[in-house]
Order: sequence, then C-alpha cells, then structure tokens
Amino acid sequence: MRPDEFGGGMTLIVKTVARLTVGLILLFGIYVILQGYASPGGGFAGGVIIALAFIHLTLAFGKDSVRWHYDRSIPRFVGRLRAPTLMSLAMLAFLAAWLAHGLVALRGGEARPYDPLVMELCHLFIGINVGAGLFTIFVALVGFPVRGEEGR
Amino acid sequence: MTVYLLCLVLFLIGVYCILVKRNLIKIIIGLAISEYAVNLFLILAGYRMRGRAPIFSGDQAVANMVDPLPQALVLTAIVIGLGSTALLITLAVRLYEKYGTFDITRIRELRG
Amino acid sequence: MIELYILLLFMIAAAVIAVEIRDLLSAVVAVGAVGLALSVAFLVLKAPDLAITQLVVEIICLIILIRATVTRDRVAARGGAALAVGAAACAFVVLFLALARGPFAALPPFGAPLFRTAELYVEAGARGESEPNLVSTIILNWRAYDTLGEATVLFTAVIGVLALLRRHGRKGAAAEEETE
Repeated sequence: MRPDEFGGGMTLIVKTVARLTVGLILLFGIYVILQGYASPGGGFAGGVIIALAFIHLTLAFGKDSVRWHYDRSIPRFVGRLRAPTLMSLAMLAFLAAWLAHGLVALRGGEARPYDPLVMELCHLFIGINVGAGLFTIFVALVGFPVRGEEGR
Repeated sequence: MTVYLLCLVLFLIGVYCILVKRNLIKIIIGLAISEYAVNLFLILAGYRMRGRAPIFSGDQAVANMVDPLPQALVLTAIVIGLGSTALLITLAVRLYEKYGTFDITRIRELRG
Repeated sequence: MIELYILLLFMIAAAVIAVEIRDLLSAVVAVGAVGLALSVAFLVLKAPDLAITQLVVEIICLIILIRATVTRDRVAARGGAALAVGAAACAFVVLFLALARGPFAALPPFGAPLFRTAELYVEAGARGESEPNLVSTIILNWRAYDTLGEATVLFTAVIGVLALLRRHGRKGAAAEEETE
C-alpha cells in the first residue's frame, strides 16, 4: 500500500510544503534541545518543537499515513513504539537521571554538584517527554469522533 | 509602576471572563489570559533596567543580568499551563459530546 | 520601554476582544494574539528562553483550541450572564483591586529587582560552575525538584487526557448504555 493511498490530509500543495519543511523543523527541535546549555532553548522548547513537527505532518497527511511511515521507520525488534510508551520511557529515564544525580549530591555533601553530562541527558529526556506527551494529546483529541461529524 | 498596573488589568480581564461567561470555551480562554498575566508579572518583577539576558558569554566582567530565577520558574509554569489547558479542553469536548452544548447553565439543567 | 507599553495595551485590547466577541473561533484567534504578543514581550524583557517556549506552546494551544471549536457546528457564545452575576463579578474585581494596593506598595520599583537568591546562582556561574545558559542551569541543577514535579504534572495531564478520551471503557460503556 503506497502512502498516497491513505485517505485524509489536505491538498497536494500543503502535502508538498509539509514534506519539504518537516525535516527542517525536526532538525531545529533537536538543535534547540542539544544547544540548550549554551543558547536559549532547552528540553521544554525543543520538545514542543518536535511535537509540532509531527503535528504538522499529521495535519497535512492524515493520521494513518503518518502511522504507517512511523512504523516502517523504526526497527522491527522495537515493536509498536507509540508516543505514550515513548513518553513513559522518557519520564522514567529522566527520573533515573535525576535520582542518580541526587544520590551523587547526597554522597558529595552540601551543594548539588554541577554535572554537564547529566544535565545534557536531562535536557534530552525532558525533550522526549514533552514532545511525545504533547503529540499524544494532539492525536487523542483529533482522533476523537465528535457529534455530527461521522466518518472522519 | 504603570506596567504592573496594566498587567493587573490583564489579569482582571481574565478573572472577569471566568466569573461571568457561561460558555466552557470562554472560561478556558479566561483562564489562559489570567495565566499569561501572572507569567508576565513574574518576569516584570525580575526585570533589570538595561540588563541583559541571563546567558554567560565571553565578557563575564559585565554582570548586570536580569533576574534568572523567575524566568526558570515561569518556564516550567508555561508548559504546565499547556498541560492543564489541554486537560480542560478534553473535559469540555467530552461534555459537548454528552450534552451537545458548551453552555454550563444548560449542562446543569440537563443533569444525568 | 515604550514598546513594552504598546505590547501591554495590545494584549489588553486583544484580551477584551477575546472575552467579548460572540464567535468562538474569533475568540480563540484573539487569545492567540495575546499569547504571541506575550512572547514578544518576553523578548523585550530579555527572556529569550521564555520567548521561544511561549511561541511554540501558544501554537499547540491554538491548534488544540481550534480543534475543540471549529470542526463542529460553529457554536457561538450566546447571551451574557445575568445582571446580578455581572455586578457581583465587578464587585469582586473592585475588591481585588482594593486589596492589591498594599502588595503593590511593597513591590520593588520596576527595573530594580530584589536579586537576592539569584545572586548565589550568578556568583556560582561566574566561578564556572554553570552552563552558559543560566536559566537552564537553574531548572536542571539548582531547582531540579521543580523540574521533576513539572515533568510529572505534564505526564499526569497526558494520562488524564488519554483516560478521558478513552472510548470503550468498561464502566463508561455500561453507563452510556444506561443513559441512552
């Protein structure tokens, strides 16, 4: 089944523009997350930008097409890695990083030592958490059928 | 001081909307407006005249930064506000699906 | 600082429009204008982190709000509240203003922050115990508890949205059959 055969989505112009821009938006989100230590941005803003990239794609192409591509682009052994699962994993990872950092602080004594690696990891995990969470909200709200709007 | 007053006016517009309007979406909008006003107020309270953004650069001798602490707290507050707004909208959509209206007085009458 | 006043007046005007207009879609667009003006105001107030975050958060907020309003039969907000409710709200607003006078007098003047706690952070940053971006250091190093709580709140909100929108719940389906 070719992706164009999925129903839904907008006109060809919107689809083409979305195809061209979505990679740039995703790249910008990753840049904002990873450069959060030095320039404005960080996990929160970058995560929202990543969620916006996926929302952009979903609005242009429809939910089914995006899901099909997403399932094809992740490795087989990972299985069905959906956004809620990803969000839970990122939350756990952030908790783990936070706890490890806190335990170091407990051993070390007074102030929480500054650790660039842990902070970069925290940025990353927060970014994934926020991005996957907001995309989950969007998909849940858009996929929800409402009165007088059958067959969407 | 005038800036604080204008910010307070913005907050009161939001509060008025929450108290008076009967439409659920309007109430959510009022909540959003007052949330914006509170965020703006915290940042205003931490502003330093002719200060600079709290990012260290090469010339570390000049340190007249604006207060970074309110900025950090408001950063988390913005994202939390989005989460709570999404939850409220979900509730409103659910109510609309069940009762077919956003009007809280009619929802109250329809009960059950 | 004239641009700050202009932005604030613009935000107030857009907020009044958002509150008073009948059409819900127009109200949502007006509240989007308030949020984007707030983003610019953050930029003017030297808070670039907040400006970026507010900008993108506002876009997602608008998408969700439009989703809630536009795709169904264009609902308009009909009829204001009763006169008594409006009067009570105005009374509350006046009371609030009267009570806010004391705290207002205690505020530091605009442009001269207290800067007591943040001084520690800036000093530590000057010693090199900080990333260049001080705000990021505060939320992940000095105030990591807040950030953990924030991530948890967002997580809980998403779980709540999923639970509320679940279609085939065991109890929910039973209750719906009961009412119909």
